[in-house]
Amino acid sequence: MTQPNDYGFGEEAALLKEQARKFFADTLPVDALHALVADDPTPDRQPSGAWLEESWQAMVDLGWTMLSVPEAAGGLGLPVAAVAGLVEEQGKAAFPSPLLSTLCAGYVLGAAQAQAALDEIVAGTIATLAITNAQGSWQAGDSDVTYADGKLNGTASYVQDARRAQRFLVSANTGGGIGLFWIAADTAGVTVEADAIIDLTRDQGRLVLQDVAATPVTDNGLAALNQAMPAVWTLLAADMVGAGEWQLQTTVDYVTQRQQFDKPLGFFQAVKHPLVDVMLQIDEAKSLVYNAACAIDAEPEKAAQFAHMAKASASGMAGYASGRSVQCHGGIGFTWECYVHLYFKRQKHSQMLFGDGSWHRARLADILVGAAA
Amino acid sequence: MSESARKDTPEQAEFRQYCQNWLANNHPGEPPVRLSLSPLEIMTNDQLGYLQAWQKAAYDAGLVGCDYPEAVGGGGREDCQRVANEEMLRAKTPYLPNVIGLGMAAPTVFFHGQEALKERLLPRLFSGEDIWCQGFSEPGAGSDLASVQTFAEKKGDKWVINGHKVWTSLAHFAEWMIILLRTDKSHKYEGLSYFVVPIKSALGKGVTVRPLIKITGETGFNEVIFENLEIDDSHRLDQLGKGWQVAMTTLAHERGAGQMVTPRSGGLKSKATHASNSTNLIELARNTPRGDKTAADDPLVRDAMMKSVIREWGLAQNQRRSRVPALQDHPMRLPLQNKLLASEISQDIASLALDIEGPASSLYLGDPNAPDGGQWPMAYMNSYGMTIAAGTSEVQRNILGERVLNMPKSK
Repeated sequence: MTQPNDYGFGEEAALLKEQARKFFADTLPVDALHALVADDPTPDRQPSGAWLEESWQAMVDLGWTMLSVPEAAGGLGLPVAAVAGLVEEQGKAAFPSPLLSTLCAGYVLGAAQAQAALDEIVAGTIATLAITNAQGSWQAGDSDVTYADGKLNGTASYVQDARRAQRFLVSANTGGGIGLFWIAADTAGVTVEADAIIDLTRDQGRLVLQDVAATPVTDNGLAALNQAMPAVWTLLAADMVGAGEWQLQTTVDYVTQRQQFDKPLGFFQAVKHPLVDVMLQIDEAKSLVYNAACAIDAEPEKAAQFAHMAKASASGMAGYASGRSVQCHGGIGFTWECYVHLYFKRQKHSQMLFGDGSWHRARLADILVGAAA
Repeated sequence: MSESARKDTPEQAEFRQYCQNWLANNHPGEPPVRLSLSPLEIMTNDQLGYLQAWQKAAYDAGLVGCDYPEAVGGGGREDCQRVANEEMLRAKTPYLPNVIGLGMAAPTVFFHGQEALKERLLPRLFSGEDIWCQGFSEPGAGSDLASVQTFAEKKGDKWVINGHKVWTSLAHFAEWMIILLRTDKSHKYEGLSYFVVPIKSALGKGVTVRPLIKITGETGFNEVIFENLEIDDSHRLDQLGKGWQVAMTTLAHERGAGQMVTPRSGGLKSKATHASNSTNLIELARNTPRGDKTAADDPLVRDAMMKSVIREWGLAQNQRRSRVPALQDHPMRLPLQNKLLASEISQDIASLALDIEGPASSLYLGDPNAPDGGQWPMAYMNSYGMTIAAGTSEVQRNILGERVLNMPKSK
């Protein structure tokens, strides 16, 4: 299969992206975001995980939360590139919301053809993936949860939106392989322990399962995960591209206004050139995100290869853009009152989430060079 | 049917069919000699002769200069050069040797020259019979181009030229040069005027061409000395004092952002031609032993190679995304990154190849044990030509920072 030249990013996608930009800017501009999530600076603070809960219904009404549900399963059938555009705008606003987690769960459920669970996503249920072990391994199937005698036991770690989710899509060792389980948050034996995370715009925790009665939505969870993870990596990378663009524009504005030695800081090439490099890295990651998104629809045999490229590129960019955004703001950039730290922390979180750059490059090498001897 | 062919106008569709038919019967075949990687490094008359014959044939068939009016030797077609280029690339024909003529001199002369001058010069430019070179840089004017000092003094109805141009690719084969000259020493920008000057016919009569030897040991570019070269005023392009504006036409076309589509051919790879890309890099790693394994099994090498693969593919996708208006933040943001990224990526790939070769990277073309015939160290050294020429990487970053990000000017 070959990709369309425009990544499948047509008029509808452009309208969705513009709608999203406006929604996030109107709903939670950065000063309101800071007031909402950054009220407690103490390093040993309890995690607040604050978000605008009423924004969820608004996004459900706009149809956004079901964008990852396949058309045949009751979804809208928009290309992944259009979804990437939406998520890019979410990242630009550093919007705290379980939207990305729910979209990701939708892609895995779609790959597993779990119709009943997909119906719940379409109805507006908040969901998230619980597929990571205590080591933080991103290898599909590395789970600390076991399934035996109809019961789940064990802990899933680094679960995004753990306290916001109404449903968890849990991967567990079934003895014969990896099963996927659709677990309601209020099921007996389910406990969520919030992580005290640095990122103020997200929620993360551990999902502890004790004798939780369950039946698998699929016994071949590995196949579903392998099929859906490229979408997860690509959309997270899209969020990072949007956040990177905010970091770039905010920092460029600052170095254009701030004067030292009778010149704006941006006059000096030691400041100007690194910010150009930030732009180069954002554009590379962005181009690779839309290429990967398009591959998921039009060239599935290359989706993993291209999504590894997108997430590896975005991870490198996120680290660099974050570092430059604080450094080029100088002293003020090092303070809690400057909004730059919100994005710095979100980006550093995203950089490692679902695989850092070297993990994705190692997987890419396995595809392009072959397994190492 | 290709994506672009689907969007052809009736004229383009008919022309495309014509190009395909002609190319099917008129591919010049394998070159009798090893070709340089690009036309700027043509070194011998044997190389040039083969390539000139190809350009002449392509021009006579109407595949070169097709968007220019017939009066100046063009094909008089509308937006057909793009079609001819696509078909020549597809047919894997050799590159066109008169690269500076076609890409920079032709549009500049066409937009700024007098009719008689265009009619006289352009047909032999398109046919490749007259090779062209470009006289912009000087020993004291590199990144700061507007500080050129080569001076043209008006004497009666003639101009007398004295000065020194450098980094002049193809000057040793050139009949003509486009040249930026100072005609007034009291104004930096308004004191510049733009001319075409003869080279080959003026050798020993006011023009000296000396080869400059690159760090690789290759020749290919030159310095050109002017001592009282006399030329007629009809060789001036546009008005006196408008040289800087005319130069912008040249540079816009050099950067691929000009009005005219440059005739392009290519894709023919003679056996020894070697490119610094990640496909060749991975092949090198596979062929480089490390104990009982290869460099391609080394996790650090794999990581570094994948970084290059990702940057290379990212650049290709930038070029694709630059044609999707809904996914752009600024119209020049992606096009202005092209040259900077392409040159730095190939430099980094060549550098990594030397790391992979290890001590064998010390072996050059004359050593029978050199991996890949010593091409990687040569490519690495040559890569600095790319990051310096046509606006250094530092100047490119200034341009991006100022024109795209609107940061304050650094000069």
